[in-house]
Amino acid sequence: MTMRRLINLKRVEARRIYLTYAVVIVAYAVCQVMSSTKFLSSSMRGMLVPICAYMVMAVSLNLVVGVLGELSLGHAGFMSVGAFSGVAAAIIMQKTITYAPLRLAVAMIIAAIFAAIAGFLIGIPVLRLKGDYLAIVTLAFGEIIKSVLNNFYLGMDSGGLHFSMLTDTTRLLKGGRLIIRGPMGISGIQKIATFPAGFILLMISLMIVFNLVNSRSGRAFMAIRDDRIAAESIGLDITKYKMMAFVMSAALAGAAGALFAMNYSTIVANKFDFNTSILILVFVVLGGQGNMLGSIIAAAALTILPEKLRQFSEYRMLLYAVILIVTMLATNNAEIKEFLGRLNPFRRKEEAE
Amino acid sequence: MIFLNFLISGISLGSIYAIIALGYTMVYGIAKMLNFAHGDVIMVGAYVCFYAVSRYGLNPFAGVALAMLVCTVLGMVVERLAYKPLRQAPSLAVLITAIGMSYFLQNTALLLWSSNPKVFPSIIGRGAFKLFDGRLSVSHVTVLTIASCVVIMAVLSLFIGKTRLGKAMRACSEDKGAAQLMGINVNATISLTFAIGSGLAAIAGALLCSAYPTLMPTTGALPGIKAFTAAVFGGIGSIPGAFLGGIMLGVIEIFAKAYISSQLSDAVVFAVLIIVLLVKPAGLLGRMTQEKV
Repeated sequence: MTMRRLINLKRVEARRIYLTYAVVIVAYAVCQVMSSTKFLSSSMRGMLVPICAYMVMAVSLNLVVGVLGELSLGHAGFMSVGAFSGVAAAIIMQKTITYAPLRLAVAMIIAAIFAAIAGFLIGIPVLRLKGDYLAIVTLAFGEIIKSVLNNFYLGMDSGGLHFSMLTDTTRLLKGGRLIIRGPMGISGIQKIATFPAGFILLMISLMIVFNLVNSRSGRAFMAIRDDRIAAESIGLDITKYKMMAFVMSAALAGAAGALFAMNYSTIVANKFDFNTSILILVFVVLGGQGNMLGSIIAAAALTILPEKLRQFSEYRMLLYAVILIVTMLATNNAEIKEFLGRLNPFRRKEEAE
Repeated sequence: MIFLNFLISGISLGSIYAIIALGYTMVYGIAKMLNFAHGDVIMVGAYVCFYAVSRYGLNPFAGVALAMLVCTVLGMVVERLAYKPLRQAPSLAVLITAIGMSYFLQNTALLLWSSNPKVFPSIIGRGAFKLFDGRLSVSHVTVLTIASCVVIMAVLSLFIGKTRLGKAMRACSEDKGAAQLMGINVNATISLTFAIGSGLAAIAGALLCSAYPTLMPTTGALPGIKAFTAAVFGGIGSIPGAFLGGIMLGVIEIFAKAYISSQLSDAVVFAVLIIVLLVKPAGLLGRMTQEKV
């Protein structure tokens, strides 16, 4: 199915998709070689898994923002749902599944399912709205998820699972373990997330997204983005397609959240706040809406950039802000664009084609 | 009596949200952009006021006036440098630039004034009016906050409704192209909008920090988001909507803190917002725009 779809694609589109896969595979191979030959610093090695998670986040958000054309400001909420459900699942399965990679995979699937359910429930009210109102409601849901998880307690003992809200009233039996501890989050996580796992998750996400985008549904998404009224008038079920994109995006974000969380020993709900949602959105917009390769590169570059700017110590976030503003001005202002185009002889030729 | 106390502090907090929300809603009405850096202008205003009063011993009201001046200039400079070149760009690009500007202001503040929280002196002291034989106490700051909000609303409504500049602003928000053809300087009008919004943000900053006296570079971020929510709540682009949305948001937040749970108050506020938007998709006082086929 995948193959036939790819063969039927337009040449440019197929080239772009293959290029994306190729870049990801080559980058993975290079990182693996560099990391095994000790060429990568330890701080960079520690960033490989978060970068993969952010890449998946960016790709999944791009499905909503770039392909479907709706602004979502609460994407970190799904990451959070995935992180907490995935890590909790991994802790519960610690005794039953001893093989760590399998446990990670199962945890990520569970995380994806939970995040997809959250996406569905949120999608019901959200997708009735339009434009900025839709954006603010996704922001609101992101904040609600954060507040709820900050006050959620989950414990496990021989009698099964217990949960409570606001205060810890789980009353665990002796030998039980309080897994989610409200504002303290989850601690004592086994760090089973690995770079190869991140790579595989990214490849799977790309396959899912590319397949979806280049299917009947994907064309429906783009029709809705380009002209909602025209799409509606030819009989497309707007809500159904929006929901499909939204739930798929949430599921991928959930899996990414689980991967991300299992790279640390402790996670708290406050880590997945509005700023994280914005960070992911910046990846998408900077990389180009609808352009998955762009999202991936932007996610990597902007995660490494603050690290590389560390030598400027306290000025680094300031520089980050300036780079962000200047990039947006340079890529979106007609005059500056033309000026840059004149500096770069190749670019002009490309545009003339 | 306790209920009344909560109601008053809710209205007071809501007044601050309303003043901030005015900045969001005016800019949105005219430039059709979400100015994410607005929350950080509040913080800058509060810092200027803080240093003017505590270091240079200025009269608090002169401090607020100075903060307004600085913020007005800052708002206009930000608009000129970062937003004006993107007038024709897609709205998401402008949004990201605004977010970049927000980071920029926060980190500049971090460098200039460090991350140590400052204890903000109240601009009119910590006294309180005692009512009903002292059973109800209303602090001076609360009274000042509510009064300033009402005055600002009245003056702004008059300005927008009665003056030539106000008319120009309304025309620009209706249709920029047509406004230009009528001889209105659209760029100057947008600049003026940013100036007014940022000046109000300085007042909001001083009032906010008088009521909640911790001042940090991130002080403006959360009130900024809340005020933005308030603007949407009341119908973004509508000035009475910002007022109503701000007050309601403040009251709901304080009541949720008092009667439901202090940790879940934000969740309650946002849940109410979602319910309101489901019933009235353009906010309480927003206009539903007709879709052209």
